[in-house]
Amino acid sequence: MNNLRGIYTIWYRDILRFWHDKMRMISSITFPLLFLFVFGSGLSARMGFLSPGVDFTQFMFPGIIGMTVLMSSFMAGISVVWDREFGFLKEVLVAPISRASVAVGKTLGAATVALFQGILILLFAPLIGVSLSAWTVLALLPLMLLLSASMGSLGILLATRIRSMEAFQAVMQMLMFPMVFLSGVFFPLQGLPVWMNILVKLNPATYGIAPIRQVMLGAPPDSPFAINLLGHTMSLWDNVTVLAVFGVIMTLLAMWSFSNQE
Amino acid sequence: MNHYIIKVENLVKRFGELVAVNDISFTVALGEIFGFLGPNGAGKTTTINILCTLSKPTSGQAIINDFDVVRQQSQVRQSIGLVFQDPSLDERLSGLQNLRFHAMVYNIPTSVREQRIKQVLSMVELWERRHSQVRTYSGGMKRRLEIARGLLHYPKVLFLDEPTLGLDPQTRNRIWEYILELRQREGITIFLTTHYMDEAEKADRIAIIDYGKLVAMDTPERLKHMVSKDIISLKTDNDDRAAEEIRLRYRIETRHDRDGLTFEVANGEEFLPTFIKEFATKIVSVSLRRPSLDDVFLKLTGREIRQEEVSDTFKAMVREHGRRMRR
Repeated sequence: MNNLRGIYTIWYRDILRFWHDKMRMISSITFPLLFLFVFGSGLSARMGFLSPGVDFTQFMFPGIIGMTVLMSSFMAGISVVWDREFGFLKEVLVAPISRASVAVGKTLGAATVALFQGILILLFAPLIGVSLSAWTVLALLPLMLLLSASMGSLGILLATRIRSMEAFQAVMQMLMFPMVFLSGVFFPLQGLPVWMNILVKLNPATYGIAPIRQVMLGAPPDSPFAINLLGHTMSLWDNVTVLAVFGVIMTLLAMWSFSNQE
Repeated sequence: MNHYIIKVENLVKRFGELVAVNDISFTVALGEIFGFLGPNGAGKTTTINILCTLSKPTSGQAIINDFDVVRQQSQVRQSIGLVFQDPSLDERLSGLQNLRFHAMVYNIPTSVREQRIKQVLSMVELWERRHSQVRTYSGGMKRRLEIARGLLHYPKVLFLDEPTLGLDPQTRNRIWEYILELRQREGITIFLTTHYMDEAEKADRIAIIDYGKLVAMDTPERLKHMVSKDIISLKTDNDDRAAEEIRLRYRIETRHDRDGLTFEVANGEEFLPTFIKEFATKIVSVSLRRPSLDDVFLKLTGREIRQEEVSDTFKAMVREHGRRMRR
């Protein structure tokens, strides 16, 4: 009960802060939209259809949603560094709630904000020519939430160990861009050079982007967009399982790390 | 019912080689204002951090409100309120939202929440500004909001770490009015660290800590009796010659400081007239005063607390910054 209250309060504050910050809401979706419309429009005509009925922009759309969710939740860890810098973390650390619940609340806060931003991008589906049924949307939400919670807890974990704002931002950039570029956001993951193929398969984000695409564009087993891991074609559930295992491990590590800081 | 609210026994905290807190023991009585003094780096903040569960002791024990600070963290946290040296507010939220957050994490029942928030905000005269974002508050207002927040959950002990550092005298007086009023009305125990000796005088008892050890603990009055003599400050046209003359003639050692020479004599009022008549070196000015807590502090630690005030705050900031960068 005590822990639930802690989780809820920490989550609530993050939502409150986000709600106050209208600029952040707008700026957080301009970058993905820029990618979607500039890259999409620039390359679609030249590249034609990547699979029957799916042009490049439509291919990229689920990837961009995944990217938005990933970047937003991963970056949210900075709020922990920020709170440490401005002292508010102390108020949280001396409060009669467990530190583990603070880590969970923070992760859920990051995930909720990221989910909201993902939904904003999702609203552009009609402009891209992707038709979404109510069921598709309902299936996408938990997938986006899983991706954002996993990446959110990774961000929180890093934030408990990296104390300075500058270092945190550097590490974020160092990890985030390779994670985005090597996850199948921008191109299908077939016929890649060996080194790249290895990195792509090691990248947890890959297993977050793929199911979003599978749900949005259909997931036949012979889909040209399916991931092949060690000779096995990953189904929707395979991907979700890999990501969920990663997410659970990250969350546990974040809870542990948060509890063991002075 | 215990007669004490805080009990510290043989507390030790090491950081590698450094012994920041070296075997200290003390108790604080219920309703007491307990002042904790010491030069920067003496172990004050380390001790407070242990007492408020932010840091774990290497050995020894600390009990607050019958709860162990290591084994019963949650209960200890519920029993204490804290006002830190550095602000710990969410500047992006309003004063009211900061207090609501606090009320939620401290599990204050919803039925009394709003009424209590109004009560503490009115006390520190911030009720009118409750909807403004904290970043628009002045330094004094932020400190007042933190005091209000520290009291919101009716703690048994309020820790005030340099509560008035960097505030103007008017605000300092106001904050002290609140503190004294609170003690009177709520019977709250106050654990205070301060650089300002006039603030320390308001404490019922003072502990002086230096190099991690307690060097004295008593009421301000009795501490001042430790320096039983009167203090004479002297300015001459040649301080070195004057020091030599005092040593030879009266067998008293003098101290040099920024303003000239100081020395102690047993009976200042009688000593001074003959001294002035006899003294060969030309005197520019001379003054006589009763010992203050500054003198006690100086005698016990060999350092003057006021001298450190500004420069040490700065040094502490640099140190803090360096510490952050390294971690």
